[in-house]
Formats: sequence, structure tokens, C-alpha cells
Amino acid sequence: MKEHAPILQMTGITKRFPGVKALSNVDFRLFPGEVHALMGENGAGKSTLIKVLTGVYSIDEGSVLMEGKAVSISGPLAAQKAGISTVYQEVNLCPNLTVAENIYIGREPRKFGRIQWKKMNQDAERLLKERLNLTIDVAVPLQTYSVAIQQLIAIARALSISAKVLILDEPTSSLDQTEVQQLFRIMRKLKSEGLAILFVTHFLDQVYEMSDRLTVLRGGELEGEYMAAELPRFELVLKMIGKDLKLLEELPKLSAETQNSAGQTMLTASSLGRKGAIKPFDLTIRKGEVVGLAGLLGSGRTEIARLLFGVDRSDEGKLAVAGGGGVKSPRGAIDQGIAFCSENRKTEGIIDDLTVRENIILAFQATRGWFRPLPRKKQDEIAEKYIRMLNINPPNPEHLIKNLSGGNQQKVLLARWLLTEPDLLILDEPTRGIDIGAKAEIQKLVLSLANQGMSVLFISSELEEVIRVSDRVAVLRDRAIVREISGEQINQQQIMQAMAGG
Amino acid sequence: MGGKLVRHHLFWPLCVLGALLLFNLLYSPDFFSLVLRDGNLYGSLIDILNFGAPLILVSIGMTLVIATGGIDLSVGSIVAISGAIACLSISKGTDQSSIMLVLTAVGASVLLSLVLGLWNGALVTVTRIQPIIATLILMVAGRGIAQLITSGQIITVSNPNYEYIGAGSLAALPFSIFIVAGMLVLASLLTRRTALGLFIESVGSNANASRLAGLRSRTVILAVYVFCGLCAGIAGLILSANVSSADGNNAGLWYELDAILAVVIGGTSLNGGRFYLIGTVVGALIIQTLTTTIYMIGVPPEITLVVKAFVVLAVCLIQSEAFRKTLKLRWKKRHYPAEQEVTRHA
Amino acid sequence: MLNRKYVPILVTFGLLAVMFAAGSFRYTGFFSAQVLFNLLIDNAFLIITAVGMTFVIVAGGIDLSVGSVIALTTMVSASLVEQHGWSPAVVIPLVLVMGATFGTIMGAIIHYFKIQPFIVTLAGMFLARGLCYIISIDTITITNGFFTKVAQTKIALPGDSFISINVVIALAVVAGAIYLAHYTRFGRNAYAIGGSEQSALLMGLPVARTKILIYAFSGFCSALAGVVFTFYMLSGYGLHAMGLELDTIAAVVIGGTLLTGGVGYVAGTFIGVLIQGVIQTIISFEGTLSSWWTKIVIGLLLFVFILFQRLLSERRVSLKT
Repeated sequence: MKEHAPILQMTGITKRFPGVKALSNVDFRLFPGEVHALMGENGAGKSTLIKVLTGVYSIDEGSVLMEGKAVSISGPLAAQKAGISTVYQEVNLCPNLTVAENIYIGREPRKFGRIQWKKMNQDAERLLKERLNLTIDVAVPLQTYSVAIQQLIAIARALSISAKVLILDEPTSSLDQTEVQQLFRIMRKLKSEGLAILFVTHFLDQVYEMSDRLTVLRGGELEGEYMAAELPRFELVLKMIGKDLKLLEELPKLSAETQNSAGQTMLTASSLGRKGAIKPFDLTIRKGEVVGLAGLLGSGRTEIARLLFGVDRSDEGKLAVAGGGGVKSPRGAIDQGIAFCSENRKTEGIIDDLTVRENIILAFQATRGWFRPLPRKKQDEIAEKYIRMLNINPPNPEHLIKNLSGGNQQKVLLARWLLTEPDLLILDEPTRGIDIGAKAEIQKLVLSLANQGMSVLFISSELEEVIRVSDRVAVLRDRAIVREISGEQINQQQIMQAMAGG
Repeated sequence: MGGKLVRHHLFWPLCVLGALLLFNLLYSPDFFSLVLRDGNLYGSLIDILNFGAPLILVSIGMTLVIATGGIDLSVGSIVAISGAIACLSISKGTDQSSIMLVLTAVGASVLLSLVLGLWNGALVTVTRIQPIIATLILMVAGRGIAQLITSGQIITVSNPNYEYIGAGSLAALPFSIFIVAGMLVLASLLTRRTALGLFIESVGSNANASRLAGLRSRTVILAVYVFCGLCAGIAGLILSANVSSADGNNAGLWYELDAILAVVIGGTSLNGGRFYLIGTVVGALIIQTLTTTIYMIGVPPEITLVVKAFVVLAVCLIQSEAFRKTLKLRWKKRHYPAEQEVTRHA
Repeated sequence: MLNRKYVPILVTFGLLAVMFAAGSFRYTGFFSAQVLFNLLIDNAFLIITAVGMTFVIVAGGIDLSVGSVIALTTMVSASLVEQHGWSPAVVIPLVLVMGATFGTIMGAIIHYFKIQPFIVTLAGMFLARGLCYIISIDTITITNGFFTKVAQTKIALPGDSFISINVVIALAVVAGAIYLAHYTRFGRNAYAIGGSEQSALLMGLPVARTKILIYAFSGFCSALAGVVFTFYMLSGYGLHAMGLELDTIAAVVIGGTLLTGGVGYVAGTFIGVLIQGVIQTIISFEGTLSSWWTKIVIGLLLFVFILFQRLLSERRVSLKT
């Protein structure tokens, strides 16, 4: 069976960033000839751990042993030398270079300093054929091939550097079913040849199909290491989101008192889908209703929101909004009375250089156009009102938004969208990184908005929150809506079972 | 309070300008003196404003373009084309005393510069070519077009009405100053009295988030290139009217670089975002004063280039986050070079 | 099947052939070896500069300082040789080292302080031009025996035609650069950085060293072009090679190099320079057309090629998804 000595052993790893402890005292080990899945939700520390292994981050405490010897991974090159290679979802190769070059660049076979193209191409062909059963033209640019093939080429590069540990970071996210199976066949082959594979994915089905062992991280700490065969899906989900079955007593449900499910339809999505993002789904949102989206990270929650708001185009199905007309762009969605508060505050939310006031009025001003600017006095009033209402700190409308804390930035964005008085408000992780008090405030706000007739699509990783506010919950797993639960049925047990599936 | 003053975006530019003026005053004590002759004011300060007028105009247009995260390399060529077309129309006119002739000429060149600005803007927004490359095309071809219009000659006109634009005076001051002031007011009104300024800064600071907030960024970007074309066109009129001639080869040469320099000195970042029109004006005045100073102390004027080189570098280094970080984190860089580099790229 | 990556360069070559054929058809005396060789003689310095620029653009950068560095080289050479009586054997290596150092410094600032190459090389452009005038405002004519000898040497070729030593230097640079680009790690790393700098970093390639070397190489090429230009003009002058950076960039782009980096050919650049030369020759043969048409036609070509590149890359994206 397995060798008893792990090839990679990390002990007591701690990594601090200003103000946050991304990893605290985490142990991790990897055996040769196994596929080991690294699991965790947002902020669990998965990507930090991988960046430590690839030499992107230094560690503050702890030790890394490769084959029993201490190694210091101070950069990508050092990681390669230590025998650790990584293949990312966004293939980190050079699309303009040929396949063979991508495999051998930096280590091209040379004679008197001259690169031996012929030998390099032959070597590449042989490597791809022998290790990956892949026969392709290696003398054409990488970008000629699909992402799936590019990933295999990245794996080939790793193998040719004589990697002992292969990290696959969400390799299957943009692959279709046959491509995933092709990758899995190769993973099994490599595993049988004794390679240690660290597998990161959001797809639970794939975790159970491929991995022998699981390590679960939560909040930067080690939750535990398990054999995949011995850990039921449901328990894995519990461990990832940090719940204990015993503690699953019902929380007071805030939305119970409101009876909004009978209102008129606000939005209907029928078989709406986008290849590689979300499988076709049906979803109806009624006026004054709060619909929750529950699912693990990467299960397709955000992808739904992006389709509804017109950020991404759907490639099948139909979307009908009460006002009539479709949604082709964010601007079009806003004109239809939809608002979307993205989870990516930094890249899709705040405008760094602008003040709190300007950030608040931006979307509203956009709907008014250039020549009907809000009078400055009116702007100040609006800013003051929302600063008070949402308790934005510091309470200074002229503060630059980039100097605010994450939670306060979130409130400013919320204010931006509330100001447009939307019919449908899509909130993607509105309470992440916000202190408990403010969280409750936002939840209450959502409910009072719904009472006034606004529809809300509420996306959150925190189940309690989804349960507290939602009239109906759509549960996602592996990029598809797998179940809709409403009314009395909404409880953690039900939702988590749907999330875990199988 | 003092800290606030130092951090104001105009503090350093004004300090530099002040220092330059002070140096001039010490070097030649009558530098600040103004003489009223024939109802016109004369003096070095007036000269700086008068000769600096075209640069200030071009820089104002450039400020808005840079604020959206773009750049316009073609302004120098537009300056040349605009002057050329105006002088050509006037030289072809039959009735030199007619005011209509001048108005037609001015109209033609203003219209043409708007079209050229639109061309740049369309290349950037519709075909999505990087601004620096998109405007490079007109920078190269524009010089040729200007020379085509002037047939490679210097077109000289003698039309007092036209001359007035660049050399006339109003209320004892050069008329060009009023044009610049007018355009500055127009730019301020357009950006601060409508929502355009907010949209420009928003698009320049975070284009993606702006799209999600419902901004039509293409229209905004198109507008700033058109406005920049207009500014360059009017600058071309002032420049050619001042000397009553159009030189397709040399008019507006290096203007794109000086304008970019003025904008950067004025505190607007080349990465886009917040823009400062008054800062830009001060920046342009610094460049003009520098040129005047160097003329005055008798050093070959071309030496200004060396000074400009160091100013560009200094300002960019100060704006560079990496530079400031390196100063702080030298030791860390030595230990984990990859950490900084990769995170910065990510 | 035709390899797609050669499409741009084939288009460029076809364009050159068509233009040369059209010129030969239309003007008597156009179709001769000497007309072709004159293209090389008159553009030798541009070829050398453009070769250096090709590496910079392939790696995703830009170098605006090339024209000024040429001017500075002519100025320093002329001044040292004529006014200070230094031997060309010392002066020429010295200016080459100077050019490379100039590039190295710019490259280091670009890489370590993450300032846009455009603005750093702009400062370099100002600086080099300004330094010319510090040496002298006026033209310095060169009468040194070595320089005049090189300038006047004609290498006879069959068919009563000849080339200059400059042409030999330029062709040697082109050949050397093709080798450098395709058969050395330095060259391939430059392409890798242009394709994706972050990937290059993650693949453990020496990104910093390569980037700085690329600018050093461009500075060296500009200095060498300056030496060649000195042979050609026999003078040093601060206004030499004004606006040459634009001609250089145009030649590189017309030669099929993507301005976004990653794809490009030294051979294509060579043809790009020749196309500019043919345009000039045609215009001078035409007689009635004036020289400014060169700029307009080059601008037009630039537009067409950039648009063409844009469409190609868009198709590539749509193919992928």
C-alpha cells in the first residue's frame, strides 16, 4: 500500500498579513501516490497555503520538509528546484510560445549556447506521448489549443522538471465533462506512478471521485485531515462551514412574519445558462420577496448574479424582467430596476480615487446622465442620510473610499444601490468582513426593504444569514441549482444536505 | 493644518513655480515690472502667459484624456494641422478685410480638429486599440497632412483680424490669455457643473467597477478625445496667428510631450483617476517659465530638455508606488523578491 | 497548411514585393539592383535601430529614446574625434558602451520602479537630446581620416552596383539578431515576457535580468546606429535623427510585430524598414509627389496594420472561447 513517509510535510505554518492572520499553526502532509484534496471556504487559507508552497509568500513560522529535509521556498524557482510544481486554472504559460518551448523554456537543450529546436521538439513529443498519452503538434503556439490541452501541457512541464509534488489549483473550473475525464485519467496514471497530487477544486463530486485524502481548512486554521472514503459528504460540508450537528438548532427566522411569496413576478429566468459558468437554471423572483442563494464557494452563486445583471451574457435560455425587455449590459439591468452589489469590492465595487459621497451617488448619477448633475447640496444630503442610516465610519462624506475599512466600503456600495431605488437588489456576500453588529443591521435592512416591496436576491456563505432573511432558498451544487426550499422547510439541515448532495 | 497645506495637490507645483520666479527676480530685478505702453501691458510675466497660452490649452485637453487612463500623442500634429488649414483658407480668400473670412477659417480648423479628436476617440473606444498606439497613428500621419496642406512651405498671411487671435490685446492684456481663460472655464464647467468630471474620474480610476455602476464609459472616453482635439486645434490657431504663418513641419513640435509633462507636474496621475485642471495650468506655466528663464540667463534653450528629463523622472518616481515601497522594504525584498513581484503583478 | 503565425510577415513581404513591382513597372530605372541597394545604404541606421526596438516591443515595452541616442552618439563621436583628437578606435567602443549603459539604466528604472516604459524612455529622450546641446549647439563636421574613409568605401558587387560598409554592419546586426531572437535563451525569454510577464516569473525565468538587458540591447543598437549615421552624415548634430523613434516603431509594426508584445520577427522588421524606403523612393521617382506623402502613407500603413493585428488577436480570443 502506501509508503509511510510523507513526501511533503508542513508543520506549524503561520502567515500574517497586516491586520490578519491568514494561516495560523497549520499542519499539512502529502504522501507519494495519492491525490489529496485541500478544502475550505473563503478565507480558509487555501490559497495562502498554496502560495507558500509555490514560493510566492514567505512564512512567518513553521517548517516545510521535502522528503524529510527542510527546504526554504523563497521563490517560484526554489519551489521548482524543491520538486513542487503548480498548474493553475488560468494556465500560467506563455500563449505566444510553442508547446515545446512552454515545456522547456529556461531549460532548453543547447549546444554551444545554441538552442536545439529539433531535439526540444522531439523531447516534448516523447514526453507528452509517454507520460500523458497525448499526441499533438508541439511546434505551434500554445494558444492554438484549448484550455484543457494547455493545462495538460502545463502538467507536462511540471513533470519534465521532475516534480515530486504536483499542485492542481482548480484545474477543472473551465473544462467540460469529457475534458475533465481526460484530466482525471491522466491524474490516475500519474498517481500510480508515485506522484503526489494536491488537488484544489470546488466541485464536491470531483473531490470524491478523485481524492484519497482530504485536508479541511477553516478561518486560517486546520480543521482536520481525513480519508475521503471515511468522511461522508454531509460531514465534509459541516466541517467546511464550521458547524456541528448538535448545534444545528433553529435560529429565530426573521422573515417568517412577512408573507411576500404571493406577490407578482419580478423576474423569471428560464433555462438560463452560460457554458463553463452555470448550468441552465430556472428561477423566479416575486415582488417583495427575499430569495436566498446557498451553496459552497464556486458552486455558481455569483455566476447567477452576473447573468441576471448582464455582466456576463447568457448563451442559452431566457430572462424576463417585469418591466419588459431583456438585460444585455449592467446599464440595461439598471434601467430595468436591477441593482447588483458585487462580492469583489476592490475590483468591481469601489472607485478608489473618489470620495464616499461620490461613490454613493455614482450609479444614480449614471442613470440621470451627464447634464442633470445632482446639485452639490442634494449630494451632501444624500451622503449624510446614508452615512447615518448605515452607520458608515468615519462619518465624513469627503473621505476617500480607499481609506475606509472593508465593512464600511461595503456599506457605501450598499448605499450606492439603495439610492437607485431598485425593484430587485442583488446582494453578493453583503456582510463579509463586517462586524456582527453591522451584520444584523444589514439583515434587518434587507427585510425592511422587502417589506416596502423591493425584491432581494441574497447570496451568502453564511447559512444562518440566508435562513434568517430568505422567504425562499435556492441551493446550488457544482454549478447548478439543485433544489429550491421555501417556508417552513428552510433550515440548515435541509440546505446542507442539498449542498452536499450524493 | 500645516500638514494639510503641504498635502494639497497645488502645494509643490506652486512652490516650484514660486522658486523659479524668485530666481528670475534675483537674477534680473526688473523681471516683475510691467510697463503700460500704447494701452498694452508689457513685461516678462505677460510674455510667459502669452507664449505659454497654446501649451496651457493643449495641456487642459490632455488632462482630461489622461484622467480616463488614456493618452493623446497626436496633439502636436493637430496643432500643426489646425494652423495650416486656417492660414490656407485665409491666404486663398479674396477679401482680406472681411471678418467672415477669418470666421470661416477659424470655423474650418475648429471643425477639423473636432473630427481628428473624434477619430482618436473612435480608435480607442470602438476598435479598442491602446490609446498610446491609436494616437501614434495620427501623430505620424498628422505631420504629413499638415505639410500637405501647406505644400511643405510656410504659409504667411497678413490679416489683422486673424493676427488678433494670437497677437492682439484686450483690456491691456494679450487676447490669447482670454481664450485660454475661456477654455479653462469651459473645461471646468463641463467637468464640474455636469456629471462629466465624476464620470471621467470614475472610468479612469476603475473602468470595470464603473461599468458595473452603469456608466457608459465609451461615450465618456470619446468625449474627452474630442475635447482634447478641440483644445489642440485652438492652440494651433493661437500659435499660427501669433506669427501670422503656418509651418506644417515645426508648429506644435514636442507639444505632446510638454503637455504630458505639465499634466504630470500638476498632480494628475498617468494611471488615470483624479485630475486637476488648475494643477495642469500651473504645470504648463512652470514649463514656460523654465524656458523663459533659460533664455534669459543665456544658456542655450535646448538645455531645457535636460531639466525636463529630470523633472519627468522625479515626478514619476514620486508617483511610483514601487519606488516608495522599495525605500521602505529594501530588506524584505532581498529576502523574498518573488513575494513583492508576484503580488504586484497579480 | 500555412502556419498562422507567419501571416503578418507574409503580408508584409507581399506588400514589399507589390510595391517594388509597381515601382519597377511605372518608372524606368527603378528596377535595378542599385535602387535596391540604395534602400539599404540610406536606411542602414534605421535597420539597426529597428532591430533593437523589435526586442523591446516583443517584450511588451517601448523605447522612445532611440532617435536622441543616435544624435547623442554622433555628437559625442564628432566632438571627441574632432575637438579632442581622440582616436576612433577608442571613441567607437566608448559610445557603444555609453548607449548600452543608457539603456541599462532606463531598463532598471522601468523594471524596479514599475514606471511605464513610455514615460521613462521619454525622459531618456529629453535627456539625450539635451546632452547633445550641452556639447554643442552647432553641427560638428567630421574630417577624421578613418571616418571619411569608411564613409567613402564602396564595396563593389556584380552588375555595376555597390553597397557601403554601413550596409554590411546593418546586415550583420540583422543576422546576429535573428540568431539572438530564435536560438538563445535571452531571445526566447524576451518572447516569454512579452507573452505573459507573470507566467514568465512563475516559470522561474530571469525576468528582471532579461528586461533590463533588452533595453540595454536597444540602447546599444541605437548607439551602433549612431556610429553608422556618423559614417553616413560625417557630422555630429543635436538635430540628427529627429522623430526617428516614430519611423522605427512604424517599421517594427509594419514588419509584423504585435505592439502588445509576444509576437514579432527581426526579419519582418527588416522588411518593414525596406517598405518605408520603397515608399520614399517611389515618391522621389514620382517627382510631383512631395516628401510629406511618406508620412501620410506610413501613418496609413500603421493604421491598417494595427487594425489588422487587432482583428487577428480578436479572432484568436473568439477561437479560444
